[in-house]
Parts: sequence; C-alpha cells; structure tokens
Amino acid sequence: MAVSSNDEIRILTPAGMLGYGFPIDHLKMGLALKPHAITIDAGSTDSGPQKLGLGEMTCSRESYVKDIEVLLEAQHEVRVPLLISSAGGDGTNLHVDVFRDIIAEIAARRGWRFKLAKIYSDVDKAHVSRELKAGRIEPLGPVPPLDQREIDAATVIVAQIGAEPFNKALDESEGIDVIVSGRSYDPSPTAAMAIRAGFDPALAWHMGKIMECGALCAEPVGRTVMGWLRHDHFEIEPINPAERCTTASVAAHTLYEKTHPFRLAGPGGTLDLSNCKYEQVTDRRVRVSGSRFEPSTHYTVKLEGAKTSGYRSIFIAGARDPIFIGQIDEILTRVIAGTRAYFKEVPEEAYRIIPHLYGKNGVMGDLEPVRTPAHELCIIVEVSAATQGLATAICNKTRTSLMHAPYPGRIATAGNLASPFTPLEIPLGQACEFNVYHLMKVHSPTALFPIQVEEIA
Amino acid sequence: MAPVPTPLRDIAKIVRSKNAGPFEITLDIVFKTKEDFEAVKKSGVITKELVSELYNVPTQAIITFGFFDLVNAVKITLPRPRPQGGVGETDMHAAQQHVPLQEIRVPWPAP
Repeated sequence: MAVSSNDEIRILTPAGMLGYGFPIDHLKMGLALKPHAITIDAGSTDSGPQKLGLGEMTCSRESYVKDIEVLLEAQHEVRVPLLISSAGGDGTNLHVDVFRDIIAEIAARRGWRFKLAKIYSDVDKAHVSRELKAGRIEPLGPVPPLDQREIDAATVIVAQIGAEPFNKALDESEGIDVIVSGRSYDPSPTAAMAIRAGFDPALAWHMGKIMECGALCAEPVGRTVMGWLRHDHFEIEPINPAERCTTASVAAHTLYEKTHPFRLAGPGGTLDLSNCKYEQVTDRRVRVSGSRFEPSTHYTVKLEGAKTSGYRSIFIAGARDPIFIGQIDEILTRVIAGTRAYFKEVPEEAYRIIPHLYGKNGVMGDLEPVRTPAHELCIIVEVSAATQGLATAICNKTRTSLMHAPYPGRIATAGNLASPFTPLEIPLGQACEFNVYHLMKVHSPTALFPIQVEEIA
Repeated sequence: MAPVPTPLRDIAKIVRSKNAGPFEITLDIVFKTKEDFEAVKKSGVITKELVSELYNVPTQAIITFGFFDLVNAVKITLPRPRPQGGVGETDMHAAQQHVPLQEIRVPWPAP
C-alpha cells in the first residue's frame, strides 16, 4: 500500500455520489496523479426517509455494481485504499452487506483479491433507550425531543461514523484494500486518511467537506476532483480540463446544503471557516488555508432513523374549465367534507386527504405569493390511511365526488376532471417519516462501530 | 439617474433553496461582485423581518440569517414546514422554495 510522503497526501474522489456514474477517462487521469487513496460517498438523506424506513437504497443494485466494478478495477491497478462510505445511501448494516456481496461477486468474476474492512453503524435500540434515559441525547436543530415511542417506531437507527473508525480499521489490519462503511459523516473517509498521515485535522476536515461532493466546487460543476493536502494548506482541482476551481467557487461551496456557511458541526467538533484564505494557484486550482477545528467538550455522533406512517394512494387529474378552476378551493372543501361524512366510521385523525394544486400553489403551498391560478390545473390528491385498501377507497371516493361535484354556474355537466392515467387511483405503498435526527454523546468515537475484516477472493 | 426597484433575480448570480438535512431548509443569495453584495447589504431591504414575512416563520425561529462577506452571499436557514419526505410533502429536496427571494426588490441603478 502506498503511504503518503511526509509533505503531502493526495486524495482522489471520482464523484460526489456513488451510483450516479462518472467519466472513466477522468478517473484514469486522476489515477495518473498518484493519489494515496480514493474516496467516494454513497450517502444522503436528501432523497427521502423511505431508505431508512423501508430498507431501500438510493440507487438500484445494478447502478452500484457498475460504479463499484470501475472503482475496484482502479484499486486493483494502483493498490491504494478505496474508501466507500454510507453504503446504499442510508448506511444500514443491511446495505453494508449488500455492498460486500457486490464486491465479492465482482472479485469472483474478475479473479481479483481484496482485503476488505466493513464498518457497521446500526445502533441497538435498547442502547439508544438507555442513553436517552441517561440524558445523553438531544435534538439536532428544529426536531422534537426523542422519546421511547419514536425509538420503538423507527425501523432502524444508524449513527454517523467519524474519522476514528476508518483509522482504526486501517491500523488494526495491514494492507486493507477496500473499506465499506455504514452511515458516515460525508467528509470522514478523506479526513481520516489525512489525519492518519499526520496532517492538521482542520485542513483534513475542510478538504473532506469539499471533496465529498466531487467537483461540485468547480465552475461549471463536475464530478471528479483531486485534493493535495500539505502541512499548512490544501489545494483542490477538478480533473475535467473543461472545469476550473476559482477562489469564489471553492469559498462558496460550503454554502451548499449547509445550515451555516462557516460553522460546520461534525463528529467530535466544529469546523470554523470564517478566517479561511483562498488563493488562485493556477487557472484551475485553488489553495485553501486558515481552516480551524474546535473539538467539542463531549464527542457526539448524529443518530438518524425513520419510521413508516401508514399507506398512501393518490389520484392525478387535470382541470381546464375556468368556471371550475375559479371555485376550486370551495369545491374541494365540500368534496372532502362529503368524503369524511361518508367514511364516518373511520376516526377523523386516522386518515388524511391532502390536495396538491399545480398551477395554483402545488409547489409552495400557503407560502405561494401568486394568488391567481393558471388556465389549467394539475390536481393530485394524496390520501394516507392505515391500510392500502382504505387509502385507495378514500381516494376513489374523493376522486369520483370531485369528478361529478356540482358548483354554481356549472355548464359542463358531464364531468369536472381530465384523467390521464389508469389506474385512476394509484397506490403508493407505505409512507415514511424521519423521526430520529439527534445528537448522542459517546465515551468513545469508535465503540459504536464494529469493524470486520475479510479476505475476498 | 434615479434608482428603480429591481428584483433580486436581475441582480444576483445565484438565488436557490435546498434541504440542509431533513428538518431545515437553507436559502442562498450569492452576488456577482463584492460591490453588488455591499450595495444590497447597504440598502437594508433584506432583513430577518422580511424573511419572517415571506416564509411565515417567526423571527426567533430563524436558524441562520446573515450577510457573509467572504463569499458575497446572504444565507438564510429556516425550520422546514414539515419533516422532509413525509405525508403532505410538496418539495422533497426543497429545491423550488427560493422564488419569494427572487422577487425582493432593491433600489438599483436603472439599466
């Protein structure tokens, strides 16, 4: 395994998200720059709670096979560690094992050998309950306090892995080729490699923070990015010659999807970027210095979990009649009241009927500043209830009532809705909801995260 | 020439919204130049109170609000109206919640 020189560690990140694909030419150009490690993140809460709630993955298994095979081929060739974080998107143990199986299949098919470390991040719910009782769990931001009912309701709870478990995995066993981790703080793999090589943790976390998004810090935004970390600064450059990093694009990157541009909290501390210096080194490369890291008094990890919350069905319909559109709110209110009266045996709070009116306020809801509806509407009515059958039945009643609802001035007496699809009611399956997003104090940065090493051949 | 009220969409380089985790929405207004940034800041039009009104959020619930010199940007972070992706969601990624900011009018030199 290559080790970093004393002066510099080089990290290559092929893309900001595993499974979305990346240009193989750019990966090869990056490998020619002799990285000491390849890091790539698969994690995100951004596409919804259904991954944690129902065990789904962000991308299809086939997408992961495709990307992982390209990365394993690169690892096989250059023999530097390949670190893949937040397997499957949510980073559950289940998805760490899916990634492990994908790697084993590819290795068997191609005749390759890898020494693989897996880092798991599911947290036992009984442990979470004990820590909650001990007063060691707090909400992260505008989140309700955790309670036992929500712990019970969560399908699974994961904790975010910091840098330490990656380094423990690399230290415990010589010659690790590949690490697949559970839910990880996105910058952890890059930061871990740099911290382990003896570089400033502040610069390590900052470079990790930028690189976890691939070449999103470039103009135009791209995929593959290379970082050079030295003792008092790091440099960053996109691999694609058509993209460039500028002082503005790199400085502004930490705005993206972050609560605060200069204060970024993570496992073990907060990165403070308020005094950073950004210098244009070449046309396409930026040098960053002045990052600071404030260790927190207590080491905390972020917990994430989601629960299922009944079943949903929807119908989708168009409306074009201006007499109808002009009264849509009143008509819907009457139709929903009628549906509720018809299903009077079902407790009112046991189901919801939520209209989405595209062309009126479908995107912004109550915050929509424009009050005049468009000349046509797309009406989606969302119904959630305890079972799929009940959700579909209530959806059906709402749709047929709306189709035939009378209203003042009605002259189109055959029907109010233009329905594009069958089934007219569309079952959506189970709905999910994030219900754990909390910080938990831990005694050790590594104790929650079991590491297993195996030879894949 | 007298300044005319000009919407931010004609002044800023970036006006965007996005989730910052499942419970927050963050809004960025990034300016083309330091001069534009300073001029908008000096106009005093963009305030916590305006954000509170546009997004129907009490000022004390606003998580981040600030003019950040280093990046020529205004950053605003708010609690999400509902946890991301649950029943009743209208914008999973909160990617289309920026429009009220685009429409803010700032006194600006006529083109």
